Amino acid sequence: MSGTDVEPATEPTAARVATDLQDERLSQGAGGLKGALAGLGSRVRGGDLGVIPVVAGLVIIAVVLQSLNSQFLSAANLENLLLECVPVGVIALGIVFVLLVAEIDLSVGSISGLSAALLAVFYVDRGQSVVLAIAVAVGSGVLIGLLYGQIFNRIGVPSFVISLAGLLAFAGLQLAVLGTKGAINLPFDSALVKFAQLQFMPDWLSYALVLAGGIGLFATGFARAQARRKASLSAQSTVSLAVRSIALIVLVGAFVAYLNDSRGIGYMFVFFLALVLVMHYVLTRTKFGKSLFAVGGNAEAARRAGINVRRVYASAFVLCTTLAAVGGVLAAARLAAANQQSGGGDVNLNAIAAAVIGGTSLFGGRGSAFAALLGILVIQSISNGLTLLSLDSSYRFMVTGAVLLLAVGLDSVARRSRASSGRA
Amino acid sequence: MATAPVMEQDRTGGTGHVLSLRGITKTFGAVAALTDVDLDVARGEVVAIVGDNGAGKSTLVKVLSGVHAPTSGTITFEGSEVTISTPADAQRLGIATVFQDLALCENLNVVENLFLGQEIGPARLDEVAMEVKSWELLRELSAKIPTVRIPVASLSGGQRQTVAIARSLLGDPKIVMLDEPTAALGVAQTAEVLNLIERLRERGFGVIMISHNMADVQAVADRVAVLRLGRNNGVFRVSDVSSEELVAAITGASDNVVTQRSARRGAIAKGEPA
Repeated sequence: MSGTDVEPATEPTAARVATDLQDERLSQGAGGLKGALAGLGSRVRGGDLGVIPVVAGLVIIAVVLQSLNSQFLSAANLENLLLECVPVGVIALGIVFVLLVAEIDLSVGSISGLSAALLAVFYVDRGQSVVLAIAVAVGSGVLIGLLYGQIFNRIGVPSFVISLAGLLAFAGLQLAVLGTKGAINLPFDSALVKFAQLQFMPDWLSYALVLAGGIGLFATGFARAQARRKASLSAQSTVSLAVRSIALIVLVGAFVAYLNDSRGIGYMFVFFLALVLVMHYVLTRTKFGKSLFAVGGNAEAARRAGINVRRVYASAFVLCTTLAAVGGVLAAARLAAANQQSGGGDVNLNAIAAAVIGGTSLFGGRGSAFAALLGILVIQSISNGLTLLSLDSSYRFMVTGAVLLLAVGLDSVARRSRASSGRA
Repeated sequence: MATAPVMEQDRTGGTGHVLSLRGITKTFGAVAALTDVDLDVARGEVVAIVGDNGAGKSTLVKVLSGVHAPTSGTITFEGSEVTISTPADAQRLGIATVFQDLALCENLNVVENLFLGQEIGPARLDEVAMEVKSWELLRELSAKIPTVRIPVASLSGGQRQTVAIARSLLGDPKIVMLDEPTAALGVAQTAEVLNLIERLRERGFGVIMISHNMADVQAVADRVAVLRLGRNNGVFRVSDVSSEELVAAITGASDNVVTQRSARRGAIAKGEPA
C-alpha cells in the first residue's frame, strides 16, 4: 500500500491528528488495511471474538460432514439447506429482540404452529385469499405479542412464565383451530408454496444483487468515512473499504455461481436475508435499536434517560411473536401443509439456540441480527448433515445440544477475557 | 437550635426562582421520606442540599427528576405549576440529573450513553454529529477519556462520573442536579467538577448539588439547604455560616458527636486530659 492511501488521521504531524485519536494513551496503530488487520488481532486477543467462532464452527462442520458424505457440499444440497434455514431463522431473529432486552419467549414454536394452522384454515378450508390468510396468521402473532407485553408490564409476570403458559395455551389453540382433521394440505400450485419450494432467482439477478450489495457496502462505508474526515474524526481508509467490498463480491459471488450451477438461490432465502438486513439496520442505526440495547444493559438507567421502557419491552415481545408467526407461515409453505406437529418438537429450542449460538447474550444487551442467520446456519447444517448420514433425530438432538453448550461456553470464556482486557 | 435559618433574597435580584418546591411530601408505605420540604433555586445559583444519611436528599433528587412522584406538594417551574411524573417530563422542562449511581448502560459506549434517549436522527442516527458533540462536551469538561468508542464498563469511576455529568448538559437544561458529584473522584477530578459547577453557574444554570463533603459545599455553593429526617432544617447563605453551624443543623444539635470530638481533640492539643 502506498503512502497516499493512508488517511489524514494517522499522519505523523500532530496538528492533523483526528479529534478522537488525540489522547496520548491511545496506541496509534498503522493506518489502512494493515492497521485494520492489527486491530482485529488485538480485539480477538482481548476476547472480542465477534462472529469468528461461529464462522470457524461452520467451516469445521462443513469439512467434517463433507468428509462423511460427499453430498453435503453439493449445490443441490446447499440450496436446499439454505431454504430449510428460513422458517426457524425468522423465528430466531425475533428471539434476538427479546434476548436483547434480557427477556425470553419460550412459546415461539406454539405461536408458529398456531399461525400455520390459521393460515391453512383460512386459505384452504374457508377459501379466502392467500393475502387475507397470511394477514390473519401474522395478525395472531401481533395480538399475542401485545397480550404478552400487557401482562409483563401491567402485572409483572416474568416473561419465562408468560411464555411457558403461552407455549401450552397456543399449542392447544392450534389443535382446536385444526379441528378433528388434524392436518390441512396447502395446494402445491399456490403462490405461497411455490415461493417456498420452487422459486429461485435467475442467474443475472443473483449476480446483480451480489454486485449491488458490494457496491452498496463500499458506498455507505465511503460516505461515512468522508463525513468523519470532514468532522476531523478518524476514518477507515478507502483501500480497506474497497478490499472489504471486493472480498465480499468475490466470496459471495463464487458461492452464488456454485449454487447457480444447480437451481440457484431460493427467493425465500433472499426474503430472510432482506429481513436480517432490515433488522440489522433497526438495531444499529435507529433510536429504537439503541433503546433495546440500553434496556437490556440497564433498564433503570434507560428509564431515567427518558426511554419508555415499557414500550420497549412491549415492542420486543410484539416483534418476536410477529416474526414467530411469519416463521409459521413460511414453515407451512415449505411443508405445503399445516398439521398438529407444526411448530412442535425442536422448533422452539432450535430458534433460541440459533440466536445464542450466533452470539446473542442470554443476559441482555449483546447481540445482532446476524446472530440469527449464522446460528441457524450452524443448526441446520448439523441437522441436514446428520439426515444425509441417515442418522435419526436422536443423534441430531445430541449433537445440537453439544454445539449449543460449546457456543455458550466459548462466549462465557470470551466474556471473562473481555472483562480482563476492559472491553466489557 | 442555636442558629436561625437565613431566608434571603435570591442572588440574581428579582429574576425570580426558576424552581420552587412547596410542601413536598413523599411517603413509602409507612415511612415518610420527605415531609413538607420547601426549596427555591434561582438562575445562576448553586444550592447545596446537605443532610445525614437517610435525611431524604436522594429522595428529593428522585422527586425532581421524575423517578418518584411526590405524594403531595407543588413544584413551580419558571412561574407555572408543573407535575413531573416521568424522567421524560423532567427532561422536557429542562431539569437534568446526574444520579449518584450515574445510571449509565455499561454495555453501551460513551457516545451511546451520552445521547441515550435523545439521539440525533431517530430513524437514521447521525453518528458523526453525535461523536463530534461528544468530544466537544468532554473537552469542555477537560475529561480524561481516551476514546468515546469503548463501552462504559471499561472506564474508571471518575471517567464514568464525567460521562454522566457531560450527559446532563446535552439537553440544554435550566437546572442541573448533581447527586454526590465528587464522592468517587480523585483530587484533580474533584477540582475539575467544582470548576465545572462554577462554569454552570456563570452560564446561568440553576445548580442543585447534593454532597456530604462540607469543603466542597463551602467552595462552590451560594446557599445551603439542610435536610434532617426528611424535613427542612434551615437554609443558610454560605458566606454567613461556619462548618460547625452546618453540622449542628445537619445533626440537629449544637452538642453532637462532631463537636464533642473536635472539643476533645482541641483539649488533647492543649495538653489537658481528655
